[in-house]
Amino acid sequence: MTRRPLFIAAAALSLLCGAAQAMKVGDTAPDFTRTDVAGKQVQLSKYRGQLVLLNFWASWCAPCREEMPLFSKWQRELGPRGLQVIGISMDDDAAEMKKFLAEFPVTYPIVTGDAKFAEHFGGVLGVPLSYLIDARGRVVARYQGEVDLPKLEAKVKELLPPRR
Amino acid sequence: MKAPIAVVSRRSFATLIVAGAAALGGRFSLAAQPASSIPREKLVQPAQWASKLKDGSASGTLVLHVGFKTMFDQAHIPGSEYAGPGNTGAGLQVLRDRVASVAKDSSILIYCGCCPWVRCPNMAGAHDALVELGFTNVKALFIEENFGKNWVDLGYPTAKAQ
Repeated sequence: MTRRPLFIAAAALSLLCGAAQAMKVGDTAPDFTRTDVAGKQVQLSKYRGQLVLLNFWASWCAPCREEMPLFSKWQRELGPRGLQVIGISMDDDAAEMKKFLAEFPVTYPIVTGDAKFAEHFGGVLGVPLSYLIDARGRVVARYQGEVDLPKLEAKVKELLPPRR
Repeated sequence: MKAPIAVVSRRSFATLIVAGAAALGGRFSLAAQPASSIPREKLVQPAQWASKLKDGSASGTLVLHVGFKTMFDQAHIPGSEYAGPGNTGAGLQVLRDRVASVAKDSSILIYCGCCPWVRCPNMAGAHDALVELGFTNVKALFIEENFGKNWVDLGYPTAKAQ
């Protein structure tokens, strides 16, 4: 008897019961369209041609709160060079997210995420989690947990086209 | 003669705040104690627990996820139950309700993994609430970075919400 059916069954069971596989460097980022907190449509594929910093965060996450003002600054300063930051809130309660953003506004779009949405990205099992997605829509870097922000900034600048 | 000064310990003060928030039934976040306030001898390493799951010796323990529902829904320890986030009065009430009929000497393991241990807003609140309720055998799963890195990525058993 061949082992193949057994292997396929085990793989299917693992997919059904286990967590999704994390999105890796080299993978194409899955497209999505969601309405941001300002009521505008955000479609990831519309940013092809730009460098996207996709940041999963939550209002209760202390390291996220530290990153966000810097991401706002990068959006202002590096946006003209082709950077687009997109924030995805993993708050259970959208009201908490809105309350936080009212107090600490950011300069880039924020959409809400949930467990199903996170699954498309291989799961968000802790925040902060950020991806750098290149002009062709491929993941070029993944940052899980507290990140060395100067190093991330250097990477962003390295991936952007040179200043004209 | 001077009036005696009421001495309120730091823990009692924190308990008062938690109790006050719970009484209000609030959804607001509490000023969280750091997870590092949980005594070291109460910490369980992920590898230890994974091994107990494997050999079946974990079965007598009530395992409660005291983090965020979005995280629990994606991945959690098989057999564990969601018991609300430990950083809000409402979340702690879910925990209190869950353990209301549990014997005080029961083995309970709490875990979160939303973010780095030293920044976790949930663990200390949940731990302290259980201790205040009189539970004598409460342990905390030490997740240093997050549940993805310190559990799922290591291939330990994982389930997700149906």
